[in-house]
Amino acid sequence: MNQQPRLTALLSTALAALVLASALMAAAWLGDAPQQMHFDARLAPPGSNYWFGTDALGRDMAARTLAGLTLSFWVGSSAALLGTLIALSMALLAMLGPRWDALVSLAIDTLLSVPHLLLLLMIAFALGGGTQAVIIAVALSHWPSLARVLRAELLHIRHAPYVQISQALGKPRRFIVRHHWIPQVLPHCLVGALLLFPHAVLHEAALSFLGVGLSADQPAIGVLLGESMRHVSGGDWWLGVFPGAGLLLMVLCIQRLGETLRRAWST
Amino acid sequence: MLNARDLRFGFAGQPPILDDVSLSLEAGEWLGLNGDSGAGKSTLGQLLAGYLTPQAGTVTVDGAPLPRRGLRPVQWLPQSPELAVNPRWRVKRILEEAWTPPAALREAFGIEPDWMNRMPQALSGGELQRVCVLRALAPDVRYLVADEVSSMLDPLTQLDLWQGLRQIADERQIGVLVISHDAALLQRLCSHRLTLSDGQLYREPPAEQPDAQIATAPRQSPR
Repeated sequence: MNQQPRLTALLSTALAALVLASALMAAAWLGDAPQQMHFDARLAPPGSNYWFGTDALGRDMAARTLAGLTLSFWVGSSAALLGTLIALSMALLAMLGPRWDALVSLAIDTLLSVPHLLLLLMIAFALGGGTQAVIIAVALSHWPSLARVLRAELLHIRHAPYVQISQALGKPRRFIVRHHWIPQVLPHCLVGALLLFPHAVLHEAALSFLGVGLSADQPAIGVLLGESMRHVSGGDWWLGVFPGAGLLLMVLCIQRLGETLRRAWST
Repeated sequence: MLNARDLRFGFAGQPPILDDVSLSLEAGEWLGLNGDSGAGKSTLGQLLAGYLTPQAGTVTVDGAPLPRRGLRPVQWLPQSPELAVNPRWRVKRILEEAWTPPAALREAFGIEPDWMNRMPQALSGGELQRVCVLRALAPDVRYLVADEVSSMLDPLTQLDLWQGLRQIADERQIGVLVISHDAALLQRLCSHRLTLSDGQLYREPPAEQPDAQIATAPRQSPR
């Protein structure tokens, strides 16, 4: 890695660590601040008392934005982790034989041919909405592209001379999977999960915005953006700008980290 | 004895590369195989070592087919050692994948103790090839298919490699099939030579005297 990507990697890692730390601590630190109403300060613009202003019920937008990012972070990372696990399992399943491979390829092609948002909406709606439904919907609709990459990598490794030599040296299949296959695809899984995370966060926000995601009492970023739409004509810009900017910053820094790691591992 | 009877093999949609090929290799025998590029030498080597399955014919060791599981008595040594090792493993782990060669044997192959902790990328092609050859010499291995193993090495490194291999092959009566384009090398190493052409094997006249120097010359000190 040369100096420029190393600096970028360092910065994005630091930012991602900051987001992670605030996500871990926000719930304890904020308490019930995101839900606390101050009727004497409704729709107050950003100022020294309320840095990000307040909403129509006088709730502190800074606390709500931070709580929303925390929620988005957990939903995003859970969905990314689950999606990666499904992708890895399906890629390994495809290695069991030509029939399994054909079946997995068919599932990947079928799911990729359906528009993302439609699939997400259908799954989230079928599961009745809520945090779990969003996590499962995002994971189920996002594993195919990563599974395709992992399957190709496993096909390449399976026919690599050193793996065939390992077989000839008497190593059992379990050993080969554990010591040759998995370590080779793990970096792809990590980068895949990091690149899946921004999609998961944005789709969680989209589902919540459309009303089939997190419930209205949870200060998710999508819920905050949905609420802000009702006040946009009144000029209350801070209701949408701060949660949107926070989401953008989190997504960008995680995506940057994923891209930097991907480039570092591919050179 | 390693026996291949009436082997036929071709890749999908292609005419057969090997048609009705038979050969046998005795314990302790050194057999040479040459032929033009694309004649099917490596394919034959991989069939003998169980890496490919023939469309017809059989490969047996002492009358029994090659085992589907466990250590195969026939080991294949490919031309490019870089592809034959896990790029994420250190040399010690690579060398000891199947067995732990004694220190004396490592020394005989010129494998330095300080290589053990290195990554394979930190070794030269010749150094890595010696590691691969020694790795393949697990105690139950009876035959080796050495597929152009020394073609990318300088003459001194070639001598080191063949001396080490000759020493252990003679001690343990390992049969070696040497695949090479280098007719002079085959003449020096092997008692019999075969030529593969148009999918058929032809026996060359026996070498007057395989070069005994390979077996007896003093080893070069590792550089």
